[in-house]
Amino acid sequence: MAAVLALTAVGLSLVFGVMRVVNVAHGEFFMLGAVAAWFVTSWMPGPPWLGFVATLLLAPLAVAAVAALADRLVLKRLNYDPEATIVATIGLLYILQQAALSLYGPDARPVPAPFELRLQLPWFGYSGYKLFVVAAAGLVLLAVWLIMTRSRIGLVMRATQIDRPTAQAFGIDVDRVYAGVFAMGAGLAAIAAVLIVPIQQAHYLMGGDPLLLSFIVVIIGGLGSLRGTLVAALLIGLSDGVISVFYAPTLAKILATLFVALVLVFRPQGLFGAKA
Amino acid sequence: MLRLDGIDAGYGNVQVLRGLSLEASPGEVLCVMGRNGAGKTTMLRAIMGQVKLTAGNITLDGARVDGLPPHRAPRQGIGYVPQGRRLFGPMTVAENLEIGLMTRGKGAATRERVLELFPRLRERLGQVSATLSGGEQQMLAIARALCLEPQVLLLDEPTEGLQPSMIALIRQTVTALKATGVATVLVEQRVEAVLSMADRVAFVENGAVAELVAAAGLAADAPQFRRYVGV
Ligand SMILES: Nc1ncnc2c1ncn2[C@@H]1O[C@H](COP(=O)(O)OP(=O)(O)O)[C@@H](O)[C@H]1O
Ligand SMILES: [Mg+2]
Repeated sequence: MAAVLALTAVGLSLVFGVMRVVNVAHGEFFMLGAVAAWFVTSWMPGPPWLGFVATLLLAPLAVAAVAALADRLVLKRLNYDPEATIVATIGLLYILQQAALSLYGPDARPVPAPFELRLQLPWFGYSGYKLFVVAAAGLVLLAVWLIMTRSRIGLVMRATQIDRPTAQAFGIDVDRVYAGVFAMGAGLAAIAAVLIVPIQQAHYLMGGDPLLLSFIVVIIGGLGSLRGTLVAALLIGLSDGVISVFYAPTLAKILATLFVALVLVFRPQGLFGAKA
Repeated sequence: MLRLDGIDAGYGNVQVLRGLSLEASPGEVLCVMGRNGAGKTTMLRAIMGQVKLTAGNITLDGARVDGLPPHRAPRQGIGYVPQGRRLFGPMTVAENLEIGLMTRGKGAATRERVLELFPRLRERLGQVSATLSGGEQQMLAIARALCLEPQVLLLDEPTEGLQPSMIALIRQTVTALKATGVATVLVEQRVEAVLSMADRVAFVENGAVAELVAAAGLAADAPQFRRYVGV
């Protein structure tokens, strides 16, 4: 699903763009979001929509808090060294996966959709919830874009991204920006997961696919480029969906991988990335 | 008053500053001269907390500013115009100024005062700063630092690579600051610029101040210029 993929990929791209950290554990934040969604909805009494609203608020916050903690305890101590953080986030991937396995168990569990609605269009039926997911993801992406381009927080993040020491020379507390960006990136993956989990069950190994697809999207779109990430997510998400439905999911992955290889060879900075 | 007292600093195992001491008083323009690699930029970065001291201390009005994280020096009122300008290139002129205003500036009033000093920037507020001419970029770097309402302004070779007309503009700015009681530390390699602005001149060699003299006593062909700067 292109919309959800875009959310996850934007989270990854933001973290790389501002912090120059390749977050291999990004898919696990997605998984944590789905697992948290299951916990919240199964504890919440009342109608499904109420549980869903609570989840949409609580799960991303909880995941963002885990991410901020990981930033403080691990990434900051490594001084955000690009190579060391790759190794560290691989470790984080296994820790989060095992933690989910022991707390949540090995089963895939469904989370009910907040509402059931089938739209009967002339040629095909379409689930109302899926349309809602697209709209919600679109809104969140719009909000991220507005925050990055129009708000003070976005200005601070961009300044940190462009020139860390100079940002510090103007009073910007770069450590706090990093913790915030890492939390925000994880929170976006968690929102994506909460949206997708009524369609796809929550499972402790579900982080692999979104991680891979996010990397593909981010490479094609250009690392750290918000606009590129969005366009690439749409491209990959839609073609993945169409090819999977009409041909085979494996073919879709092969084509995407081929496309990545072509981009890497002919335009290593990505379709929208600035030249390094 | 900004005071550096016997500071040692460097990068990894390489020591650059060796017991450097210096003071700049409010309303004073202190010029710093010395050969490439003498440690002038490192001294400014040490003041900004970007290079850690291994000995000595730095105080502003008696309060320690060394040993703090790098975002604290600007919050205490130290403005920095780095060598090579270091603008936020992809951002507009207005956004660069906005970053200067965030920490200490008094919003619109500060911005207005700064733009009055640099009317050229007002015409280009929406322009991406990387597309400005070299001189305009330098103006913006200075304006951005002034947006911080600094008590102390550090300028690192602001005329480097620019036409001599830039000297007049910087002199004008520095003179305006002097009247408001800002202490200016100006690293500068051009003799004519130094002679037209400085109250005192510090000659730096091997990471320490080798000689400190009143500018009034320096002629354009003073031996110090040849000895410490090589001109
Ligand atoms: N980031 C750095 N890492 C290691 N050495 C550096 C770094 N920056 C400067 N140096 C070294 O420190 C010395 C002083 O440099 P600098 O302070 O830039 O001199 P100046 O500004 O007087 O030309 C030089 O020998 C330079 O090579
Ligand atoms: Mg220098």
